[in-house]
Amino acid sequence: MKFFSASQEKLREMPIDMRQFLIFIKKEFYHITRDKWTMAVLLLLPILMLLLFGYAITTEVKNTRLAVYDPSHDKATEAIINKLQANDYFILSQILTEPNEIEKVFQEGDIGLVIVFGERFYENIMHTGEAQIQLITDGTDPNTATTLTNYAMNIISSYRLEILTTNNIPFQIVPNIKLLYNPQMKGAFNFVPGVMGMILMLICAMMTSISIAREKEMGTMEILLVSPMKPIFIILSKAVPYFVISIVNLTTILLISVFIMGVPIAGSFFWLITLSLIYIFLSLALGLLISAIVDSQLIALLISGMALMIPIIFLSGMMFPVENMPIGLRIISEILPAKWYIVAVKNLMIKGLGFSSIINELLMLSGMTIFFLAISLKKFKIRLE
Amino acid sequence: MKVISVNNLTKTFGTFTAVDNISFEVTKGEIFGFLGANGAGKTTAIRMLCGLSKPTSGTGMVAGFNIETESEKVKASIGYMSQKFSLYEDLKVWENIRLYAGIYGVPEKNISAKIDQHLQTLGFEKERETLVKALPLGWKQKLSFSIAIVHDPKIVFLDEPTGGVDPVTRRQFWELIYQAANRGITIFVTTHYMDEAEYCDRVSIMVDGKIEALDSPKNLKNKYSSKNMDEVFQRLARKASRDAD
Amino acid sequence: MLKFLIEKEFKQIFRNPYLLRLIIVMPFMVLLVLPLAANFEVKNINLSIIDNNHSPYSERLIHKISSSGYFKITDVSSSYEKALYSIEQDVADIILEIPSQFEQELVKEKSSNLLISANSVNGTKGGLGSVYLAGIVSDFSNEIREEWIQSSNRITTPSFTIVQQYRYNPHLEYPIYMVPALVVMLLTQICGFLPALNIVAEKEKGTIEQMNVTPVKKFTLILSKLIPYWVIGFAVLTICFGVAFLFYGLFPLGNLSTIYLFASIYVLAISGLGLVVSNYANTIQQAMFMMFFFVMTMIFLSGLYTPVNSMPDWAQFISRFSPLKYFIQVMRLVYLKGSSLTELLPKFFALIGFAIFFNAWAVLSYRKSK
Repeated sequence: MKFFSASQEKLREMPIDMRQFLIFIKKEFYHITRDKWTMAVLLLLPILMLLLFGYAITTEVKNTRLAVYDPSHDKATEAIINKLQANDYFILSQILTEPNEIEKVFQEGDIGLVIVFGERFYENIMHTGEAQIQLITDGTDPNTATTLTNYAMNIISSYRLEILTTNNIPFQIVPNIKLLYNPQMKGAFNFVPGVMGMILMLICAMMTSISIAREKEMGTMEILLVSPMKPIFIILSKAVPYFVISIVNLTTILLISVFIMGVPIAGSFFWLITLSLIYIFLSLALGLLISAIVDSQLIALLISGMALMIPIIFLSGMMFPVENMPIGLRIISEILPAKWYIVAVKNLMIKGLGFSSIINELLMLSGMTIFFLAISLKKFKIRLE
Repeated sequence: MKVISVNNLTKTFGTFTAVDNISFEVTKGEIFGFLGANGAGKTTAIRMLCGLSKPTSGTGMVAGFNIETESEKVKASIGYMSQKFSLYEDLKVWENIRLYAGIYGVPEKNISAKIDQHLQTLGFEKERETLVKALPLGWKQKLSFSIAIVHDPKIVFLDEPTGGVDPVTRRQFWELIYQAANRGITIFVTTHYMDEAEYCDRVSIMVDGKIEALDSPKNLKNKYSSKNMDEVFQRLARKASRDAD
Repeated sequence: MLKFLIEKEFKQIFRNPYLLRLIIVMPFMVLLVLPLAANFEVKNINLSIIDNNHSPYSERLIHKISSSGYFKITDVSSSYEKALYSIEQDVADIILEIPSQFEQELVKEKSSNLLISANSVNGTKGGLGSVYLAGIVSDFSNEIREEWIQSSNRITTPSFTIVQQYRYNPHLEYPIYMVPALVVMLLTQICGFLPALNIVAEKEKGTIEQMNVTPVKKFTLILSKLIPYWVIGFAVLTICFGVAFLFYGLFPLGNLSTIYLFASIYVLAISGLGLVVSNYANTIQQAMFMMFFFVMTMIFLSGLYTPVNSMPDWAQFISRFSPLKYFIQVMRLVYLKGSSLTELLPKFFALIGFAIFFNAWAVLSYRKSK
């Protein structure tokens, strides 16, 4: 008995018993690593997302199936059809024999663009000036439709230019187009920073909040809280493994982007890592905050899904341009931590700008971290007392 | 008439033998106590008898059906109350009774009479509309038992039904068990409380997956020259080599 | 038996305040907010202009660009370096530099150059933006050519006209495209996610064990979990038709019954997938992660946001295994083009295949006893 109370006292004197803290962290690691399914998903998720966003999801429009109705069959229509096929954008898939087939091919859903030539096309070009080409686009997807029409117009215009130059008609303005930072227009350049912002938030905030909520739900939290560890360290020990996993994920993402996807780290590596660490702390703080509010896994899941994941996918500018959104959504986008992180990562990684370009973002993220950490600690205190 | 007969029943998980070659019989209307320390293999044995788990070897007949090949028929003739409370907490008391009566094929027109009858037996008339999660533990256990016998099964398996229940409620619980036994339902019960073992017609004591003793409490006390079942249990269980789980 | 089990599920669903709220709020959230955000349209491209010429021609060009609706001139710089700085600061997306001899060259040599520099970190914006800009420039050169031809009185100029027509969605409204497809996402969540999480929750609580000792058949138990969510799924589907009509004036050109028919097969398939997950997962956390992993892959490869045809071959191959893809196509075709069952038969059989596959897998992997 005497020994017991003495050691109790000793514990109280000690600021933190590091060894105890380590034991708790070990326990958390056991929980996570024993759950093979979750572990696999956690480690594979970044790779899957990079593949999906880097390669599969592209707003570029390619390989559109083309149908042609050509009653003229002359050298002009042939030249235009050949020009259209001579690139990645269009694949000629059907020659229509009657105009009323147009409706049918659209309804089957494969054809994106139908080109209808007028009769005696070449003759009309040269003599009457009444030659006509109709571009009928499947307008269901406005993005694809406008892009397709623009591509087709450019290609056909180049034919127009050809016949004009052969007939000595001058006047042209040649635009020289230069693409900055990402000359091959790889989608990865845009998505890698977004995937980083998303994965780190997912692992740190969502996982931490659910795992703490789980202990609350199962009643095991109570047992931990009556142990001599200070509550704050118990909570922190739950965050440590997710911190480690997110570092692993960050490393995987950077390695894959640099060595496989060819995305450079053009700017300072040191600041990129510092920035990411701050963002990880921020996400952990958000996770702690959610877990301080809720009591069940399902609710933790819903809150972190609704309030963190969906906004990151839709509002952070990672997939959809923010400028077109209504003002309400733009305001939400401004307060998303992920948005600030993604902008800063783009500046550092892709544009290769220096430290001065990310000062604002760095300050904002640090401020948010302190803010969320303060609230969640306060919430925990209230609940524990 | 034998309602349970088990021959050389064994269950292994990898290299661990949870139930080691046990054989016994239970007759109709009996209250059969199935005792053993934590980890002795009681729950595994019960799960096999109820068709929740397949034996590694050996045979068992419950209510006249083979537990391995006719487990669905076994299930129709037994009731089961698990160690862990497993009624729906977000349903009301009467709704839980109605659900299980319906599942066991009690005809629709008899169900509401059935509900009234059970509520009355339990003295729960006032709790009819209460959500189960709001009931105290002892009440929940009584309700679980009542639901386990809602379809008048031939046998009811009770896996530590009174764990954590206060003495008064335990007393009431055993009254319910006697009532059921009087109606001809065979009771197969595991427990940690040795005073409860005294209430049984016969008890078996399991140590390390084997049945070490099986007889009426009186004979067991004589055989091991003990004052009560607790002493009998202590003598036998001391030999155990397994750790409690 | 089934009747009692279904009765129980409904009571539980209606007693769960979060679930019910979720089911009611989701259709409105998804259909009213997401189409505003999930919009790839490239508009309001910020333009930085360096006009080294300051001539009537260069000013006409700038005016033409700013009145096109695509571009917003946010910066006028005196040098390329300064313009580049505005790109670094994200003030501008594209730089247009007009050379100092622009008008002179056009008048004397009948041709001139322009420099367009686009920030292509976001490939779509940079790429499309420069294509639009080049298009406007080429229109501009057509314009001045016409003027020159008229003034020089040449009569027989070879020419032809290009007429553009957008079918089915003539005003190119984005919500019209997104709304029918987003309904599929909703159905996926309600009929795929929720029953799976429900079963896993019963596992975690231990209540499924009590069910397992009853004579209830595997099939009956599974059915009792699915039917309530199917009913809710169809209710939500119907609410969605209402929301689409009220807020977007959208009504299917094709037959509503075609949609219901496809929806019923789709719902079978997706709840089968949910059941498979629920059979392998022991905790809600696991179930959620597995669902997240599979469903996210399926959604992004389904063509919901980006066209499947533009994806690389391997992604197109995987997308064939996404039931979402087929149903999303069906919804868009029936809603916007009025396709009927005959045109959609291949997709119909594909969905039936998925339904059989997932449900067979679910039944085989479900263990009532171990």
